Amino acid sequence: MRFARSLVLLLGFAFLYGPILILAAMSFNASKLVTVWGGFSTKWYVALLDDAATLNAAKISLSVAALSAAIATLLGLAAAVALARFGGFRTRGLFFGAVHAPLVLPEVVLGLALLSAFVAFGFERGFVTLVIAHATFTMCFTSVVLLAALRGLDPSQEEAAMDLGATPMRAFALVVLPAIAPSLASAFLLAFTLSLDDLVIASFTTGPGATTLPMRIYSQVRLGVTPEVNAISTLLLAFVGIILAISALALNRPARDLA
Amino acid sequence: MPLLSVEHASKRFGAVVALDDVSLTVDSGEFFALLGPSGCGKTTLMRLVAGFETPDSGRVTLAGQDLAGAPPHRRPVNMMFQSYALFPHLNVFDNIAFGLRRQGASRVAIQSRVAELLDIVQMQNLGARRIEQLSGGQRQRVALARALAPGPSLLLLDEPLAALDRKLREETQFQLKDIQRRLKTSFVIVTHDQDEALALADRIAVMRAGKIEQIGSPPEIYERPASRFVAGFVGATNMIEGFVARDDGGWFVAPFGRLKRADCALRDGARAALSLRPEQIVVARDGEGVPGVVEDIAFRGETTQLRIGVAARQALRVSCTNGNRFSLGEPVRLMIAPDAGVLFAEAE
Amino acid sequence: MSVPRKKLSGGQRAVLAAPYLWIVVFFLAPMALIAKISLSHPAETRPPYEPTFSIDDGLAGVLAKARTLGFDAYRALADDRLYLDSYLTSLLIAGVSTAIMLMIAYPFALTMARAPRRLRSLLIGLAVAPFWTSFLIRVYAWIALLKDEGLINHALMALHIIDAPLSIYATNGAVVIGIVYSYLPFMLLPLYSALERQDPALREAAADLGASPLQVFWRVTLPLSRPGVIAGCLLVFIPAVGEFVIPDLLGGSETLMIGRTLWNDFFANRDWPAASAAAIILLALLIGPLLVAERARLRAEEEPS
Repeated sequence: MRFARSLVLLLGFAFLYGPILILAAMSFNASKLVTVWGGFSTKWYVALLDDAATLNAAKISLSVAALSAAIATLLGLAAAVALARFGGFRTRGLFFGAVHAPLVLPEVVLGLALLSAFVAFGFERGFVTLVIAHATFTMCFTSVVLLAALRGLDPSQEEAAMDLGATPMRAFALVVLPAIAPSLASAFLLAFTLSLDDLVIASFTTGPGATTLPMRIYSQVRLGVTPEVNAISTLLLAFVGIILAISALALNRPARDLA
Repeated sequence: MPLLSVEHASKRFGAVVALDDVSLTVDSGEFFALLGPSGCGKTTLMRLVAGFETPDSGRVTLAGQDLAGAPPHRRPVNMMFQSYALFPHLNVFDNIAFGLRRQGASRVAIQSRVAELLDIVQMQNLGARRIEQLSGGQRQRVALARALAPGPSLLLLDEPLAALDRKLREETQFQLKDIQRRLKTSFVIVTHDQDEALALADRIAVMRAGKIEQIGSPPEIYERPASRFVAGFVGATNMIEGFVARDDGGWFVAPFGRLKRADCALRDGARAALSLRPEQIVVARDGEGVPGVVEDIAFRGETTQLRIGVAARQALRVSCTNGNRFSLGEPVRLMIAPDAGVLFAEAE
Repeated sequence: MSVPRKKLSGGQRAVLAAPYLWIVVFFLAPMALIAKISLSHPAETRPPYEPTFSIDDGLAGVLAKARTLGFDAYRALADDRLYLDSYLTSLLIAGVSTAIMLMIAYPFALTMARAPRRLRSLLIGLAVAPFWTSFLIRVYAWIALLKDEGLINHALMALHIIDAPLSIYATNGAVVIGIVYSYLPFMLLPLYSALERQDPALREAAADLGASPLQVFWRVTLPLSRPGVIAGCLLVFIPAVGEFVIPDLLGGSETLMIGRTLWNDFFANRDWPAASAAAIILLALLIGPLLVAERARLRAEEEPS
């Protein structure tokens, strides 16, 4: 039984991580061909340094991700507070549905809708519309995370703070925010990586001069598997992996108590 | 003038009536208890005073001032929560200082006040500890210190001893009473544990189903319960159903025999119930009295609880010291004094 | 548990206003807009549809323009074999992928849920970690694996299992593999949660009453995990239907998935009304599963955790 269990786990993880590891290995392959190992080489990474278009796209992606994640986290917090605490206010159902819809909507539909709206409003498409679009679709993810966090709180701590003289707003800032700090961080990270990865919505809602990294990778991939793409992909994977590892370590340390 | 005055407070949650026309007063420096089974409304009443609920009707005044509309953070009332509700991201010192900081006290004032409280709850030098490092008893003391720090005139305690084990509970009872007497703050504890209420309070309000059944001192509640419910809820009792007979004085006719009653205002033939505490029945090997048979002996250390069968399918619980001189099946006689126990008219 | 009706205070209204306003302007309005575009006609203008409303039209102008709206785009779609095939193929591929994913994910999730307690969060964390990396890159990695001259064919031929390369790349099969691979964490998570939450005492009681391990699984574990199974399936099926990247990168020219068809109509053909109508129909198709998911989520919320 024990053996069967380990085997299942092994196969599962091999399936999940295999392609990624192979990709990473390929990025160090001196040969362009997937099937031939031409020796270890970092030349594709070096080539990246000259690739202005890709570097620029990376910069754009990172800044869009940071900005839209910040907006999405703030808006998501407000939405979560409203849904968790404001009782059955009028049109709550509609609000709830609208906030959660992007979770299940196909991205093409969302991208289509946003682009149409930007055109109709007369917005020039570019960096700003991109940030807006990303904040809009990641907001539903942040609000789900934060809603769960708020619902899991012990209400008596906030009551205790108010009992001791804190106004409801101060009680929120002094007790609730520290308590959901880990969830705030993971909500931000979630929105960040979703924005960083997004291809479809970006394609619809961005403009000239604001090409994101996934868009750049995509356009290169359509021309065929190139080793430079392997290099930038591996870098991207490593980047996200490091963020994940840091956050996992940081978020696992604080108090296991809350008794 | 009483410190706290609740006048005709009522509160319902949907179809459930939590409080039904409840009135009581708490004096300055008094240790008061709200006692009752779960669902009786004691917690709702406490939250009403703290400001977390508003009454549908009625008034709550503190030191003569109507508290209507005042939110919790503006009431000079503090609460010690059942779960303690300590802030996990702050250490002991900062938890206790929380209320003081909200009041805008100076750093120096906060330092001395927190030190004072740590002293009172006997947790000196533990100010830097994190909450997760504290034991249950220590957390309770920090919760108490934190609630007392702002110097409220009234402290509400929600089942303060419920989470502690027995030994710790007894010890903490003494400390709690001691602290209350020293600070002269009014304490109102909410509890379902009648031993706790009897031991701690100067006065007790017994509640049931949103109403107050009786308010009185512990001896009053125990010896002169106002209703069957209070008699049954506070302390153990034998509730014997029967009727009254007037025949050269008052008699209570129980299934197992007639008992003379010293003063009985009920008329002849009236249905009634006699509440007899186990310690009010004297058991002897022979003599005058109700005949019975020892059915069960439970040795409890300082007392022994006997179950004496007195009639077909009826047994009385008797408590006596050195009751292990009896043995199972032994025939005995039960002596019940004419003024022992309380007689309740039917449906009281 | 129903949510009590309450009036909001000024401060609460302010907090609600920010996300609410954002949602109205950047989500609800756009959605309403594509509904309107789906009723419009393609044109050579910018934007490439008419009528477009503006404030200068005046009420009469608006009414006149509104009268030109119609269901032409929908009618055209109904006749369009391309779209019909796209919808069917999308549903089929998404359905097959969901089924395969369930069969892979269930034993995986079960094993993780039964692992020693301290290992569990590490295992599920590792299993879900790929989700945080780029979707595009993970799909792209499969291109290198599936091509005729790719790694899988190379390995199989080297092992003499096959003589000629399997044509997997650029087929519907590749799309299925891609979807299964990319969405697996979405299936794993709800399954794992549901299985991990089960009280082991239930299994022990069943065994005590005479059930063999297989019967315990079939009669206790599996039925109890149903909400998780449903949640996982819906969580992958619904977005998979509208998937664009995977069919575009791994599929062939005959792989007609609605996401791709929509994209082409929008960008290549500049037929916004058709694309909008297709989007609306797609939403309508998904409403059924969406409502089921919503009801399941509500029921899960009322369950004591």
